[in-house]
Amino acid sequence: MSAESVKAAANASGSNVLFEVKGLCKDFGNGLVLDHIDTTINQGEVVVIIGPSGSGKSTFLRSLNLLEEPTGGHIFFEGTDITDKHLNIDTYRQKIGMVFQHFNLFPHMTILRNMTLGPIKLLGIPEEEAVALAKGYLERVGLLDKADAYPSQLSGGQKQRIAIVRALCMNPEVMLFDEPTSALDPEMVGEVLEVMRDLAKGGMTMLIVTHEMGFAKEVAGRVLFIDEGKILEDDTPEEIFQNPKSERLQSFLAKIL
Amino acid sequence: MDGFVASFQNNFIDDSRYLYLVQGLGMTLLITFFAAILGILLGFLVAIIRSTYEKTGKMKFANSICVLYLTVIRGTPAMVQLLIMYYVIFASANIGKPLVAILSFGINSGAYVAEIVRSGIMSIDSGQLEAGRSLGFSYAQTMWYVIMPQAFKNVLPALANEFIVLLKETSICGYIGLMDLTRGGDIIRSRTYEAFMPLIAVALIYLVLVVFLSSLVRKLERRLRASER
Repeated sequence: MSAESVKAAANASGSNVLFEVKGLCKDFGNGLVLDHIDTTINQGEVVVIIGPSGSGKSTFLRSLNLLEEPTGGHIFFEGTDITDKHLNIDTYRQKIGMVFQHFNLFPHMTILRNMTLGPIKLLGIPEEEAVALAKGYLERVGLLDKADAYPSQLSGGQKQRIAIVRALCMNPEVMLFDEPTSALDPEMVGEVLEVMRDLAKGGMTMLIVTHEMGFAKEVAGRVLFIDEGKILEDDTPEEIFQNPKSERLQSFLAKIL
Repeated sequence: MDGFVASFQNNFIDDSRYLYLVQGLGMTLLITFFAAILGILLGFLVAIIRSTYEKTGKMKFANSICVLYLTVIRGTPAMVQLLIMYYVIFASANIGKPLVAILSFGINSGAYVAEIVRSGIMSIDSGQLEAGRSLGFSYAQTMWYVIMPQAFKNVLPALANEFIVLLKETSICGYIGLMDLTRGGDIIRSRTYEAFMPLIAVALIYLVLVVFLSSLVRKLERRLRASER
């Protein structure tokens, strides 16, 4: 049975848990940044993570693809414990797309090369096929004319759209967004959110750390409020924004809305 | 003017003395070329070990060996290293003076190349490494495809400068009895008892070489920059 059909069978039986996080801790050496986090992310969910700066929300997101190595607890991805030291992290990371606040495009490569390097070198996709795939995505985000440009020739919004489709070219099962619009000029936020909205509509599993509350209300199926390394509230956006239970969330929302 | 021509004749033409300069130049270029290759290999190796340790904490033991190497080599004069290499380390081994010089200058240059390349690697934003790793590239692949090409471009001028310094530094290999360009000129001086002509000729040859190499580097830099615009 191929990996695909195993997955299909698992889905059919109702088990569509993608991430299972158990007792996740992270300590940079001066106290817990993540304090025993437990949560489950299902396939197809769009989860927005909010919280004050320094609350650990970015660290939590980055732990999910081990850019931050957990100091305690376990993360299961499709049933496999990825905190297991013997696991090949690289093959696992190929399944997880990541979008950064500062885009992190490779400045010495053209846009097309940025997008095809991973598929060609890691997935073994023939070059023509990878190029066709990349161009398809470029067309979808309206940047086909930038295929041969270098990142320095693009605006912030364009860079972030490229960063998103670069991750998509690896055909990931989930996309992680770490404050994708925080470094953008206000007039460029919309174009990036538009791409993310489309992605959510297409059924992609997404975890998004953001300060765009309007976007969270509109797109999220679930909102996590993290403060001082703990998930204090985990609910639908309606409940979170209209009926915040904890005092911390109330004061957080009062400050930003 | 007649005096100049006579002096030129005496120093370079009589007894085919220009051959001292030609052969000396050949030796200087040979030693510089192979020492530079050895320096690059050593330097990149040390730089990668050092920056891997700094970024990930791995290769602790290899890193401390590298630190020792850098400290000793950069803390002692190149000429003392050359003399030790010839009179102590290879005193009984008969491996030939040019090889001793190549090893000595290569090991010396490697230490400077290492620090140049390491600073280049460390100057690349950590987001680049994270982006490569998050796509699924291993640490080594990310270094190869993402970090090193950018680091190399950043340090190219400093690296080229190091090899220009190396070219000039090989002028001390007369001390182990090698006839390089400097020693060639000095031999002419000892034959003709004229210092001006042979030494100025030697200086001019070094100068032409350095100016030529510098212009090559500038051309390369321009091309590298053009590929990003």
